[in-house]
Amino acid sequence: MDEKKTAWERLQIIHAKGRPTIRDYIPLIFTDFYEMHGDRLCGDDKAIIGGIARLCNRPVTIIAEVKGRDINENKACNFAMPHPEGYRKALRLAKQAEKFHRPVICFIDTPGAFCGVAAEERGQGEAIAKNIAEFMTLRTPVISIVLGEGGSGGALALGVCDELAMLENAEYSVLSPRGFASILWKDASREEEASGVMRITAEDMVALGVAEAIIEEPLGGAHNDLDKISENIKEYLSQKIPEKCKKDIDVLLKERYTKFRKIGAFTE
Amino acid sequence: MFEDFFDVVKKRFNGSDDDYKPPMFKCPRCQETSPLSKYEELHRVCPKCNYHGRLSARERIAITADRDSFHEFDRDMKSLNPLDFPDYDEKQEELRESTDLNDAIITGTALIKGSPVVIGAMDSRYMMGSMGSVVGEKVTRAFEYATENGLPVVMFTASGGARMQEGIVSLMQMAKTSGAVKLHSDAGGLYISVMTDPTTGGVTASFASIGDIIIAEPKVLIGFAGRRVIEGTIKQRLPEDFQLAEFMHEKGFVDMIVERRKMRSVLSHLLKLHGFDRKEEV
Repeated sequence: MDEKKTAWERLQIIHAKGRPTIRDYIPLIFTDFYEMHGDRLCGDDKAIIGGIARLCNRPVTIIAEVKGRDINENKACNFAMPHPEGYRKALRLAKQAEKFHRPVICFIDTPGAFCGVAAEERGQGEAIAKNIAEFMTLRTPVISIVLGEGGSGGALALGVCDELAMLENAEYSVLSPRGFASILWKDASREEEASGVMRITAEDMVALGVAEAIIEEPLGGAHNDLDKISENIKEYLSQKIPEKCKKDIDVLLKERYTKFRKIGAFTE
Repeated sequence: MFEDFFDVVKKRFNGSDDDYKPPMFKCPRCQETSPLSKYEELHRVCPKCNYHGRLSARERIAITADRDSFHEFDRDMKSLNPLDFPDYDEKQEELRESTDLNDAIITGTALIKGSPVVIGAMDSRYMMGSMGSVVGEKVTRAFEYATENGLPVVMFTASGGARMQEGIVSLMQMAKTSGAVKLHSDAGGLYISVMTDPTTGGVTASFASIGDIIIAEPKVLIGFAGRRVIEGTIKQRLPEDFQLAEFMHEKGFVDMIVERRKMRSVLSHLLKLHGFDRKEEV
């Protein structure tokens, strides 16, 4: 692991063309993947995919934000920026997993929830809020992994979990460094400086109690050795999933609530 | 607000100045002017066009709760600076001095026409009502208290969203607060969310949007993304009524739009319909 990389250098790695996406990982980590479609209310959002698969023979539910590997794929998946129906599909599949006692694995990789007219009309805020609330009490284990970008509420909608892992170069933030610089300093060009101030790296997430684990990437980044990074993710999951499945669900839910409950910095 | 009113009254009765003109309020919506005293008497509603101006958190509680019934929680809670963000501490010190607040929300117990509630009101004067550690913790504690004591919650939201200066810590407050709302709901608790101007960003995408009943004041801004952000994305101007309470009502995300003068009475009826009748004490 190369721990000397700055937040800015890591952002260059996760934004570079060739960064693996969930579509690269699924065949290398899971078997028997069956994709499910639609939220049963409005449509099928291509920015989030979900379905059932096996992880080391155990049935699991996968929910993932999808980045495209080229411009056409990115157009199709809206650059991984979900609409409300994406989050509602995710919740439908999570509830299905709860019913059939399958653990849920969420892969986060989004610049953020989509900001547009249709998204507002269909209740982007409500969709995210509902996912957050419902995942908090979902009676099956949930593990989330940030693959690249963990952008704000759009990431958190798949991020209420028993344990959060970050790929080594992944980031998780309340808003993009560019947006942050633009809002707080009225100067979007100071994004590099913002990335240094914001505390967005995997190590920051562990220090702040947001993440529990860091999954090591091959030297230079995940794109340099897809087999190796997939193996690392699989190894992490195949250790964590059985561990969480063994726990009494009420204990697990209490721990899940406490994980988020204790995050905050205040005096009284 | 009362000071302004008394100034007007004093000047009237002292009456020495023939040229005296009462202070006027110019409505930002209809551009009409009315006596400031009239606007204040209506709790900051324009007498001409029904524009609902913003209230401070204490004013909101004063016009909602029964007299002297409010008992505040966590009054002294103050935010730390988890990112060591430059100037954040100084900015907060200034706001603490210029307002009657330590952060963007006050919470506590109160009675509404005799019905006991846990109540919270956000205040847009304090860093645009943004949610950081203190807002997150106070909202969470309010819901936890309500769950333990079988009380309903009435929450008045007014927020620009997450508190950027607290970075990822502010984002996590969305999970914390929504989790507490969910446990309150699972325990059978009633939660009435009242959206006031503005309710946006991370507050819309967390506790504001998951009330059992969602009320909004007329014409207030309700949304997830900011208007300018969306206009930047779609490269065109949005219609005037986009993201107003009436728009969200039309789209099915707000149960009812209630004018300020009727709010206390509507809340009281809803509380009583859920069995929260008059009690001697909370």
